[in-house]
Amino acid sequence: MPTTSRYARDVAVVAFAQSDHRRRSDELSEVEMVMPVLHRVLDQTGLKTGEIGFTCSGSSDYLAGRAFSFTMTLDGVGAWPPISESHVEMDGAWALYEAWVKIQTGEADTALVYAYGKSSPGSVRDVLTRQLDPYYLAPLWPDSVALAALQAQALIDAGETDEAGLAAIGARSRAAAAANPHAQLRGAAVAQGDYQVRPLRTGDCPPIGDGAAAVILAAGDTARRLCARPAWITGIDHRIEAHGPGLRDLTDSPSTRIAAEHAGVFEAPVDTAELHAPFSSQEVVLRKALRLGGDDVAVNPSGGALAANPMMAAGLIRIGEAAARIHRGESDRAVAHATSGPCLQQNLVAVLEGEPA
Amino acid sequence: MTHTGKEPVAVVGVGQTKHVAARHDVSIAGLVREAAVRALADAELSWADIDAVVIGKAPDFFEGVMMPELYLADALGAVGKPMLRVHTAGSVGGSTALVASHLVAARVHRTVLTLAFEKQSESNAMWGLSLPVPFQQPLLAGAGGFFAPHVRAYMRRTGAPDAVGSLVAYKDRRNALKNPYAHLHEHDITLEKVRASPMLWDPIRYSETCPSSDGACAMILTDRAGAARSRKPPAWVHGGAMRSEPTLFAGKDFVSPQAGKDCAADVYRQAGITDPRREIDAVEMYVPFSWYEPMWLENLGFAQEGEGWKLTEAGVTELDGDLPVNPSGGVLSTNPIGASGMIRFAEAALQVRGQAGEHQVPGARRAMGHAYGGGAQFFAMWLVGAEPPTT
Repeated sequence: MPTTSRYARDVAVVAFAQSDHRRRSDELSEVEMVMPVLHRVLDQTGLKTGEIGFTCSGSSDYLAGRAFSFTMTLDGVGAWPPISESHVEMDGAWALYEAWVKIQTGEADTALVYAYGKSSPGSVRDVLTRQLDPYYLAPLWPDSVALAALQAQALIDAGETDEAGLAAIGARSRAAAAANPHAQLRGAAVAQGDYQVRPLRTGDCPPIGDGAAAVILAAGDTARRLCARPAWITGIDHRIEAHGPGLRDLTDSPSTRIAAEHAGVFEAPVDTAELHAPFSSQEVVLRKALRLGGDDVAVNPSGGALAANPMMAAGLIRIGEAAARIHRGESDRAVAHATSGPCLQQNLVAVLEGEPA
Repeated sequence: MTHTGKEPVAVVGVGQTKHVAARHDVSIAGLVREAAVRALADAELSWADIDAVVIGKAPDFFEGVMMPELYLADALGAVGKPMLRVHTAGSVGGSTALVASHLVAARVHRTVLTLAFEKQSESNAMWGLSLPVPFQQPLLAGAGGFFAPHVRAYMRRTGAPDAVGSLVAYKDRRNALKNPYAHLHEHDITLEKVRASPMLWDPIRYSETCPSSDGACAMILTDRAGAARSRKPPAWVHGGAMRSEPTLFAGKDFVSPQAGKDCAADVYRQAGITDPRREIDAVEMYVPFSWYEPMWLENLGFAQEGEGWKLTEAGVTELDGDLPVNPSGGVLSTNPIGASGMIRFAEAALQVRGQAGEHQVPGARRAMGHAYGGGAQFFAMWLVGAEPPTT
């Protein structure tokens, strides 16, 4: 039994499914992209929509280009008879958090969590500039790569990494993704390429693409019934930092560290880390905050966000990938991380544990 | 494990901005901070007492800021704390309060700031809600265009007289005169003026339609220990629920959606309510178009099917009636869309705290807050009481 006594109830990830992430999916609407993923995750447990206690999703109207875009994907869930349901305009990792809280209240024993994003219809670098302070920052249109480049340069200036070190992170991630059939960029042959925004080269940046993911949570004996080896969430917390990049030390992530402390990451060693680091330089920051120094931890064995980064789903996928390794017996204690906002402004950390065989 | 069951949740602080058509004097951050500071002052707490922030608003297009909670973290004292952003269409203000209450009920946090806002003057809400071709035919301009046919269906189904809608609008606009935070203060309002106002979406007239507002609403939710420290009377959460159904499907009842019935039934079950009409003293109901008062009276179980309009016509829902509905003036008088659901929840709390001022329902012990959104498909409700829950 994992040590989950810090919370009222033991809750586990019992199933995970994701789409094959692709650069474009012009032929699919969001609901058509989500539906097969929902069916697969439900099939893993044998549950039907009507048997799920709570449903929660994460997505963004700005990616969909229309207001209330999540109402359409709800049709893919099959919310009839009516269901207990909610939505966050955040990465699906935070939808998972809302669902986890709901189960902690005792009002639900199971939850379906899903997230999706299609970046292909627009220019995601431009779209993300609309996420910035609308008075002082957004009018300058600094895009997500430019802001990440500021962070990368700060790390290099501080002597925490160099361009070769960053390139190695991208190469390692894509090599790991060779074993991940869902990843968008797979294999060691992905070129590092030219500078996108100095010092970041193409290989330091995430692929732009479309994708969806879904997770099922369950409490206590229900989790044991639905999954041979549940991935128990023994800790989960999230924190946000100041918005202005100039107000922060971009070489550090205090919000990740606080969340990790509250989630109990440092109470025992982890063997696996799934980090939502869309840029190679951000893995450097997260490794420091989570104290993942040595080679004894498998960091992003899925390939991470550098191999597939469907907006709004990539964080949830980190939790799902970590859980799936526990399901398969490849991990006993894993840390999963999700991020939101420019330069790792907001971070969620979860600890997942499997029971000893 | 030393505790079993849910932690009781109390509302110990409420703050609103004066809702108006356009707050040109403040930024978005300034608007939300104003409501948050007032809620903290009401609770006699400081930013340091807040463990987490749960924020909600309707579509990001209304202000043209994607995921604005990222930029608002500083203004809401959330730096170093957890911050969640809820979006469930028009019901979002209610859903946001419920998510915040879950954090306390689950004992994840002890004291939570929850806030919802909309600054609609930054854009045009009606066209923000009108999808471009090919997603929707170009005739459904705004929410009124979507809901008017369902109002007409209600009138056909029940035989309600045409005048009932104007009675709701006349009542709510008069109630708003007693609420200093309400957007519309029409001191010269008369029933004749309501009935003479231009037809917008037949059968909905201009004066039977919600305004477009800039505003924010905040609440401080806390646990039993936090409530014990409160000098003002708290409002206790006796039940809360969300329900959703698809937008369009064969057999959907737009007049009285099943999700609304199920949501209310869940809340009544949690609160031990068996006769809502008699046991609930005040209702803050999400009525963006006048006719939704009689429609929701039936959907929520306050009237038999087909009888809701008779309560309205008989004056039962007036401020001095035996079931006052929207003593604050409701959505018909104030509509910062993302905040409108939370204002309903907060006004219900003010009633049972005895803090509603001139629009106080005398002796209100139990009040309901109600919100809905999307194509009458998302519902969020809570029931608050003056006494702590017994279970």
